Amino acid sequence: MNTTNSEFEPKIVAFVCNWCTYAGADLTGTSRLKYATNVKIVRFPCTGRIDFMLLLRAFAQGADGIIVSGCHPNDCHYTSGNFHARRRWITFRGLLDFMGIDVKRIQYSWVSAAEGAKWADVVNSTVANIRELGPYTEYKKVAEYLDKEDYNG
Amino acid sequence: MDKLRERAAALLADGTVALVIGYEEGTNKPRPLFCHTAEDAGKLIYDSRCINNLAVYLTKKELMGTEKVAITATIPVLRSILQLSVENQLNEEKILVITVTEQGELKEFAGFAEIESYIADFQLKLSGKEQEIIEKLEGMTREERFEFWMKELSHCFKCYACRAACPLCYCTKCIVEENRPQWINPWAAPLANIEWHINRAMHMAGRCIGCGACGDACPLGIPIQLLTRKMMEDLGPEFGFVPGQPSKNGNALSTWKADDKENFIR
Amino acid sequence: MEIKYISKEGLNEWFSQIVKSGKRVYAPVRERGQVEFKRVQALSEVAEDYIQTTQSIKSSVFPRAEVLFSFEKENGKVAVEDFNPDAVKETVLWKVHPCDAAGFKPLTAIFNWDYKDKLYNTHLEKTTLVTFSCAKADNSCFCTSVNGGPGNTAGSDVQLTMMPEGGAIVEILTPKGEALIQLAVSAFEKDKGEDKSKYLVDVPKVFDVEEIKARLATAFDSPVWKEQSERCLGCGACAFVCPTCACFDIQEDAHGSKGKRIRCWDACGFSLFTLHTSGHNPRAVQSQRWRQRILHKFSYMPDRLSVLGCTGCGRCSRACPVDMNILEHLISIAKK
Repeated sequence: MNTTNSEFEPKIVAFVCNWCTYAGADLTGTSRLKYATNVKIVRFPCTGRIDFMLLLRAFAQGADGIIVSGCHPNDCHYTSGNFHARRRWITFRGLLDFMGIDVKRIQYSWVSAAEGAKWADVVNSTVANIRELGPYTEYKKVAEYLDKEDYNG
Repeated sequence: MDKLRERAAALLADGTVALVIGYEEGTNKPRPLFCHTAEDAGKLIYDSRCINNLAVYLTKKELMGTEKVAITATIPVLRSILQLSVENQLNEEKILVITVTEQGELKEFAGFAEIESYIADFQLKLSGKEQEIIEKLEGMTREERFEFWMKELSHCFKCYACRAACPLCYCTKCIVEENRPQWINPWAAPLANIEWHINRAMHMAGRCIGCGACGDACPLGIPIQLLTRKMMEDLGPEFGFVPGQPSKNGNALSTWKADDKENFIR
Repeated sequence: MEIKYISKEGLNEWFSQIVKSGKRVYAPVRERGQVEFKRVQALSEVAEDYIQTTQSIKSSVFPRAEVLFSFEKENGKVAVEDFNPDAVKETVLWKVHPCDAAGFKPLTAIFNWDYKDKLYNTHLEKTTLVTFSCAKADNSCFCTSVNGGPGNTAGSDVQLTMMPEGGAIVEILTPKGEALIQLAVSAFEKDKGEDKSKYLVDVPKVFDVEEIKARLATAFDSPVWKEQSERCLGCGACAFVCPTCACFDIQEDAHGSKGKRIRCWDACGFSLFTLHTSGHNPRAVQSQRWRQRILHKFSYMPDRLSVLGCTGCGRCSRACPVDMNILEHLISIAKK
């Protein structure tokens, strides 16, 4: 496992809100902070808009890890979007864990527009974490069913 | 039983209600019965074998019509009625709820508020078989849990009996039928199946009243009621819901508190 | 038709030769408290002592989801990869009940009505059916009322009738069946002249299907549909377990510039099955959908395809969460 992990480059999708984390990630760049390049950022108006299906879709399409990030509590551009999101995450996380889906592969965080350094840190630690966990082949196997001979029932 | 039949017949005969929804003997177990006349009421039965959740019919427009309807309600049906009521799906004036108490007495509720105090005495319990699966799952590693659920859910052929049997799945357009964009592939296959069941459970979060009708309806014997059940037990202590009681403070996922606790956001 | 006898040991030998030949063998297996067709390697895996598998075997020729073709767009050109019949493997379906085997006739009629369906026909061509006559039945079975029976050989390539000592009467019915016997000729013995009917369960005939057909011809506006379907929840359990239901949907699994076109099961009991883009639904309520189910099986199919759409397996009645017992409903139609 460890030998393959050294060659393994995790694919990570970050779902972030426009007002805080996206601006924060921008600041990371303008501050010339270097961080791992494994992340593809998808910008949303608000964490409240980040449907749990998007996370499942990312795993099914080959993501090894996911970052979901938005404004700190009480900082939401739309007042309560992140509070709604937080409830959804608590609920969703519990369900995924019950079903045995690896919740360690989803990193939730609050990153404000001023926290460029924190964004670099969140990405770097998530990449290191996923590198340790290895590719998420378990879920991909479930997604690649149509090529299998006996998938019916 | 005779009292129930007599009362139902009287309600239909004097026009108080146009329909009584209850149970009759079926092929191997009781099944739902729709009484339109006093004569039909003679077929009514009510005992512990009656497990269909009749509340599912209360939101079907084509069956309900515009006149008053009586329903013989078991405890899960009473719970469903309360939850449907807090979700503004029922017209209290048009529904007469009747139950048979543990002492065998007929009880008619004056309104939904009375149902609430009545069911407060009944604790929601998992069946022995469900408890067994939960304990088995709790003893598993994450990988084993994944394997368990993937195996179970890969059997699903998407007949949607779980959705059809659930009184709280009343949406006229379900997420699985949404195709712009198509969130969940409509065919039955491992990925499409787990996505469907995760969605079903998430949409039931804080709303499931734990009747187990979805699991009972599943022709392939998948213990899917445990997924919605799990949501209910998780949310109870976290967000102040009591399993089996209506969520009076609004839907778990459309409300929030500034001090909702979590330990995984950094 | 040729009749032979096979002993318990012979049966084991024949089965292992079939597996050895490289054909895929599907047989009823007991798992999670249910009996379903699964791929098996040894006779010991095959379930004993059950009435019926929950699902029919139609998925072997009409899978839940099947790729019709796949496509990829590159530099403005589209490459299409069609369904490849050569990739379909030879399959043996073991221990199929006569009512399931009979279901292949209506399925074949549907999939060859005007267009000859390549996928279905390929699967069927490469499938050999070994049926076991029925020694047991329950109160949902009614094969004898729909021109079938516990020892009916229609659709079978080989039929076995098990005998108490573990041996079986073997009826070799088609060249495909003969080819399967050839895999282990020495395992078979000469016919012992036993009458198979004494090993069959008695399934009483409870209605006359011709009478039902005649009544249905004028029953379109009958109140019976609403009466019967009031408790129907509108799920697709009955259609999906049915050996003859063949409604399907065609969907696309596309990602970026490539994708697959998929045929998957659908059911006339679903409210969305007939929903038009305009919003109009010609079968707007459940009673109309229930009527469609019954009329399609017992009136439209006999009229257009000269075959009944029901084999009396009783699966729909067993699978229904609200006990929409089809036998009971048919009897009530016959009596109206």
